[in-house]
Amino acid sequence: MLGLDKKDFRLLVIVVALTMLAPFLLNPFPESSGLAQFNAGYPDLMQRFVIFGIFAIGFNILFGLTGYLSFGHAAFLGVGSYAAIWMMKLVTLNVIPAIIMGVIFAGIFALAVGYISLRRSGIYFSILTLAFAQMSYALAYSVLTPITGGETGLQIKATDRPILSNLEPGEIGRANLFGMDMRTSFELGLGDWLFTFNSGYYIAAVFMILAFYLSIRIFRSPFGTMLRAVKSNQTRMYYTGLNARPYTLAAFVISGMYAGLAGGLLVAMDTQAGPERMFWTASGEVVLMTILGGVGTLIGPVLGAGAIKYMENILSKINKDILHQWFAILPDGIENFLVTIVYPFVGKGWHLTLGIIFMAVVIFLPGGLVEGGQRIARLFGRKKAKGDAEEATQSTPAE
Amino acid sequence: MDNSRSNLTATTGVLGAIVAFFVVVGLLFGVEATILQTLDGLSKGSAYALIALGLTLIFGTLGVVNFAHGALFMIGAFCAVTLSRVLTLSHTVIDESKTDFLGNPSKIQVPYLYDWFGKETGDAIIDWAVPLAILFSIPIMVLVGIVMERGLIKHFYKRPHADQILVTFGLAIVLQEIIKAFYGANPIPTPAPAAFSGSFDFGAMLGFDPNVIIYPYWRIIYFAFGALLIGGVFAFLQFTTFGMVVRAGMADRETVQLLGINIDRRFTLMFGLAAAVAGLAGVMYTPINSPNYHMGMDFLVLSFVVVVVGGMGSLPGAVLAGFLLGVLEAFASMGEVLEVLPGLNQIIIFLVAIIILLTRPRGLMGRKGVMEE
Amino acid sequence: MGILEVKNVNKRFGGLQALGDVNLSVAEHSVHAIIGPNGAGKSTLLNCLIGKLIPDTGSVMFDGQSVLGRKPYQINQMGISRVFQTPEIFGDLSVLENMMIPIFAKRDGAFRMHAIESTFNEKEIVEQAEDMLESLNLADARHDHAAAMSRGNKRRLEIGMCLAQEPRLLLLDEPTAGMARADTNNTIDLLKQIKDERDITIAIIEHDMHVVFSLAERITVLAQGTPLVEDTPDKIKGHPKVREAYLGEAA
Repeated sequence: MLGLDKKDFRLLVIVVALTMLAPFLLNPFPESSGLAQFNAGYPDLMQRFVIFGIFAIGFNILFGLTGYLSFGHAAFLGVGSYAAIWMMKLVTLNVIPAIIMGVIFAGIFALAVGYISLRRSGIYFSILTLAFAQMSYALAYSVLTPITGGETGLQIKATDRPILSNLEPGEIGRANLFGMDMRTSFELGLGDWLFTFNSGYYIAAVFMILAFYLSIRIFRSPFGTMLRAVKSNQTRMYYTGLNARPYTLAAFVISGMYAGLAGGLLVAMDTQAGPERMFWTASGEVVLMTILGGVGTLIGPVLGAGAIKYMENILSKINKDILHQWFAILPDGIENFLVTIVYPFVGKGWHLTLGIIFMAVVIFLPGGLVEGGQRIARLFGRKKAKGDAEEATQSTPAE
Repeated sequence: MDNSRSNLTATTGVLGAIVAFFVVVGLLFGVEATILQTLDGLSKGSAYALIALGLTLIFGTLGVVNFAHGALFMIGAFCAVTLSRVLTLSHTVIDESKTDFLGNPSKIQVPYLYDWFGKETGDAIIDWAVPLAILFSIPIMVLVGIVMERGLIKHFYKRPHADQILVTFGLAIVLQEIIKAFYGANPIPTPAPAAFSGSFDFGAMLGFDPNVIIYPYWRIIYFAFGALLIGGVFAFLQFTTFGMVVRAGMADRETVQLLGINIDRRFTLMFGLAAAVAGLAGVMYTPINSPNYHMGMDFLVLSFVVVVVGGMGSLPGAVLAGFLLGVLEAFASMGEVLEVLPGLNQIIIFLVAIIILLTRPRGLMGRKGVMEE
Repeated sequence: MGILEVKNVNKRFGGLQALGDVNLSVAEHSVHAIIGPNGAGKSTLLNCLIGKLIPDTGSVMFDGQSVLGRKPYQINQMGISRVFQTPEIFGDLSVLENMMIPIFAKRDGAFRMHAIESTFNEKEIVEQAEDMLESLNLADARHDHAAAMSRGNKRRLEIGMCLAQEPRLLLLDEPTAGMARADTNNTIDLLKQIKDERDITIAIIEHDMHVVFSLAERITVLAQGTPLVEDTPDKIKGHPKVREAYLGEAA
């Protein structure tokens, strides 16, 4: 089906189903219950899930297949964002041209950075990409202020008159897809549950499904095999008459374009772009996502991106009062003790939890969440579980 | 033999470039400005050099790329913060001689040190918290380093460099978040002793007009301290048996092990030493920049660039590159330069790194075969 | 004219003359062995043939074209495949994929952006790879990780990968180094089979005389960077100069 074998196709169907039904799946708790704060089914967060999913899928094409660890991928996301917002400020508020511009500019920038950085491998490559990204950040922050808006970044203002969009005088432009506002939402109330269906989310989700589908095709193609060969043994590659450099460069540019797509989509959703998107911590974050989910696996990066964005938005909102509510049934002493123990790991301290989970994954579970899922499936060793495990193994060619 | 000769020409080349650089900037900006910027660069470069030295020690001995090294620098800085807090631990006394605005006798905080040593000595000790923290931090940093090596890094010797980067990157996040949980997210001002808080008229001493080349005392002390520490590490490696074994191990680990020397234990201590060097750099840096939880990461990114420019695994290279980049950064920050090339100060280090890596793949003084996969 | 012509090749490393005026001609369809004691310059010579080193002077011609200054992958595309001392294979990939890569390289050249079609839908290439595995007795292992194979099987796979490219010249660098006797004999048998069945030239650098005398049709003895003699195996066996080079003056 669609040029995929049965197992990959099933994986794609699962991903499509999950993303399409996300507004339901991510809102499992009734509005009035105390657990409603764990609901992640609001548009802003759902958009982030899929957009950073795209970013991580692209990063995985580079790191997962070729083993080249880039510590500067956020630069491409940033360039994509700037290109997209300029397209919207100047030409049209339709998101499609903006996103295309984001992809193109990120791709060109990735070609330049990759051409130079890929002349080195190992840690040298990581440092070179880091240096380029930090340079881009510093320039976007200071010298390039006329283009990037400096520290405050760029937004769509009342003075922006995109030539192809007919705006009323004084009207502030809004991102749209052929007239459909990105912020349009349809709310469905079912008893105590409220589900939000947001047009922006669904557009981003369609892009993610396309990106995911393309990544499966790349993983299964001769090109993908060559990339894994680069990771496995470059000496043999060269002595088999293959030039590893254009292969890695192509992978680098493709993953840069994925980052540009993510950057363009971010702009399509919130119509702003700032230099902090290019800071090296943002590059570190996509590394965390990919490793956490399972590097070199198809679905891993998406899971990792989801897990980290969920923690960032949900775990970080838990404060002391909420903890006290949870442990309220316990005697006061124990309650206070538990709150003291748990508090550093939630709320503002969520990075600590992230760091610990990340270390645990690198140490004990190099295959990330995907490998964890496989192990659990094997543990339950039933027939059904066994089938799933096999499927999961099939989807991890780089293992 | 061919190698050492080409190294020699490389070193003379680098030295020649440095001399030429100073001649050019001296002519461009005048002698006073050159001296001032050089001083500024050297004190900044000391921090880079110290962190890069530790990174290189760890990389050279253990073959591990330690992304948590910046965190050690930060922990050192927070040792100074902790000590100054410990020294000002106080108890409340009711001072009958003063009243608050309601007319009640006011409560004041009296440090325990006053009780023990009297007010004057107590104040002096509190004032000298940062230098005292040097003594306080050494055992702590060595311990932190050893625990880190035995507890975590040890298990990653045989894993790919990417895994080492990732796990130490995770560790760095954890360490900085722990510090944040205890000390909060805001920078904590930790001043130098009052005696060193002023500036030093460097120009007057050299025979220039007064108040032309003035420079904060503490930064000069920082540079001197850094130079001393670097000298100490080199002397230690050069002249002690321990250092000799470590150097031999850096060159050829297997052979040294074949000689029946327990190289692992020495390498663990080496990690402790590298941690102490980073920690001391952090302790002394507190008066220059108020420590905050992410200072380690900020420095780490630059220090890695320094190490790569110097040449992975080369100790003199790390030190040279640290000072070199510090000085270049100082000159790039000058108003006259920024007018012509705005933003140069922000990117100069990365720019140099890119140029060096592309023209001299092994860095300024790197050896062949290090980190070349 | 041989298929490989090495003329007046010199290579110095600082004060060490690694190769001094090496002349060598490998005739097409022959098995030519290059032997010599440690430090004789065998590896340096080999590295000059495949683009890893560039000689200071002299020429290396393959089939009338110079190989000097070309990258290893370009030299490989000219028709020279190399087998390494320690088997170089794609350890993370399956055995079948290992075998498919050289076939792709032969069909598509040094680089081809072939990112949409599925690898295993390339029926012709899968078939060729499976045939090759079959002939190497590795067909049962085709879905295994290549890294998990025994040393002997890795060697077979590597030789097979080189053959799959249908090279005109196969270079072997001490193919039995560090192998157990049984594996060595297997490798010798495999090489004999290749020599009989295929239209190929083999140049082999070897330390093990058993291997050399079982395979070679011509032998060049290298000592201190210079060819000492070149002759048939029978003549080489009793040659006084060779004995001297190997056993020293005392012999």
